Amino acid sequence: MSSTHPLVAARPIALKPRRPARWHSHLHGSELAWAIAFVVPYAMMFVAFALYPIAYGLWMGSSPALYVELLGDPHYAEAALNTALFAGFATNIMMFAALLLSGFFTRRRWWIKALLVVWMLPWALPAIPAYVSFHWMLIGDYGLIDSLISTLFGIDGPSWLNDRWSALASDMAAYVWKWLPFWTLILYAGRMAIPQDLYEAADIDGASGYRRFVHITVPLLANLYLICTALCAIWIIGDFTAAELVSGGAPALSTEVLATLSVHYAFDFGQPARGVAAALSALPILIPLVMILIRRIETREVQL
Amino acid sequence: MSTAALSGLPARRRRRLRRVSIEAASVALGAILLIWSVLPVYNMLLIALDPDEGETEFAYLILPPEPSLKSFWGVLSQDYWYLENFWLQFANSFYVGLLTMVLTVLIASLASFAVGRMRLVRARLLTKIALLTYILPASLLAIPFMRVVLRYGLTDNLWAVIAAEIMFAIPFAVLVLQQYATIIPIEFDEAARIDGASPLQVYRHIYLPLMAPALAAVGTFALLLAWGEYLYQYLLLSSARNWTVAVAIEQFFDADEAPWNYMMALAIIYSLPPIAIFYALRRYMAAGLTMGGVKG
Repeated sequence: MSSTHPLVAARPIALKPRRPARWHSHLHGSELAWAIAFVVPYAMMFVAFALYPIAYGLWMGSSPALYVELLGDPHYAEAALNTALFAGFATNIMMFAALLLSGFFTRRRWWIKALLVVWMLPWALPAIPAYVSFHWMLIGDYGLIDSLISTLFGIDGPSWLNDRWSALASDMAAYVWKWLPFWTLILYAGRMAIPQDLYEAADIDGASGYRRFVHITVPLLANLYLICTALCAIWIIGDFTAAELVSGGAPALSTEVLATLSVHYAFDFGQPARGVAAALSALPILIPLVMILIRRIETREVQL
Repeated sequence: MSTAALSGLPARRRRRLRRVSIEAASVALGAILLIWSVLPVYNMLLIALDPDEGETEFAYLILPPEPSLKSFWGVLSQDYWYLENFWLQFANSFYVGLLTMVLTVLIASLASFAVGRMRLVRARLLTKIALLTYILPASLLAIPFMRVVLRYGLTDNLWAVIAAEIMFAIPFAVLVLQQYATIIPIEFDEAARIDGASPLQVYRHIYLPLMAPALAAVGTFALLLAWGEYLYQYLLLSSARNWTVAVAIEQFFDADEAPWNYMMALAIIYSLPPIAIFYALRRYMAAGLTMGGVKG
């Protein structure tokens, strides 16, 4: 990764970000036409493939009776709990690990730089092969993990995918495996943007590594960390592939999440409206998360 | 060594001891990270290198008993009825992946330029609107998305998949581009304007080159998203000739006697292009992904 970051080189942190001056006091004539032409492709995409489907979904799932039905379905209750656990645990474990690992990767050793290259491999590897591989690694009796346990310790490993909680944990492990490098890279980029003189000043004052982390790194990365956490939780709640391919809902559909359950309602049981309702039932969590994201993006000043 | 003896050591030796133990801990952590990253990939190779089709052959084996490239050759020569459209499906995956990558970068950067640099509307409005897409993220939107796409007449059409992938890549792309653009002085644009450059020329000759790291980062992000996404490709593509490799891999799960070594070989071959593109663009990534959290 490049070590000189534009932010580090460009400006001291104490300087408040200058509001970019307007090109002109207002756009007019051909400039206005250009600007509108530049936005039109996105605006059209947004209306046709985001706004309309979302509105259509809200309309499909607008009948209160659907939600009464859902609450009576034990599969739904399980899936909702699984989704909450998945999002809660995987998001927080992953973000905290990414925060610590991003610090590890800023160490100046040749072999750590080389390791970072390997570390990014799971993100570059497409999700489907990765999750399929996890499925085969964990499947009972002849998976690689149990083979390793048996070779190293001479005992039989557990059947990971035959128990609800270990199967759910397997889904999480696979998801974390796939996405942890991405979040490590984001936080690594954030750390690289912290001006080095802050750390040098702390060194002169005799601050330990722990104190430098708590008093410089944490406050400066807090906003980014929150943005990433909200984004990560949103992506996990909308993730279909991990639960579908690693545990496949096994055992007995007990590791379904809302994303898989909603698709199965619609396409395996022919109840699309119910599937939409299951998806929409995540809105009470998703809307606050999106609001946090939008609010946090606005927060631009850091208290130093 | 007791605490008293340790504190009795000269400060220089204590510091050295500390340095050595930190070094040892990093090496141990590095080893764990390495095994964690590589193990699932090794598992893919282990299964793919097995020349036989049975799945119980590798019971309790951690090394391939008789490694063979037979299954890779089987995939490349379309030697199995599950694989008879392999090259066509591989081309479809490329088509979807590359178009998602290019169009995400193009659409997001144009909108980002008009809003962030030309100040068509208040700068953060675009990011906010884009993030609204995440009210119903990816899979949760699948059912209504499918209905809507049917109304547009895009049944069994790769463009429907491309539209879906772009829609989910763009909010993150806009977020990264808008944040990255704040470190490029607006004076560059103004100077070019005074010299008589049109908005399109400013976009092409100033915005695009200076934004290159961020564009590479969001392009790679979009490519990996499209390449690793499965649900929309499965739901929107119905005929085997329009399938992408992602859908083809999943089909193996529907069979009772599927040759898993072929499936893993297929999965490995499928993984190679994004890995190549990722490592080619890797140098730009760390700088480009700065989401501006630090400067607040």
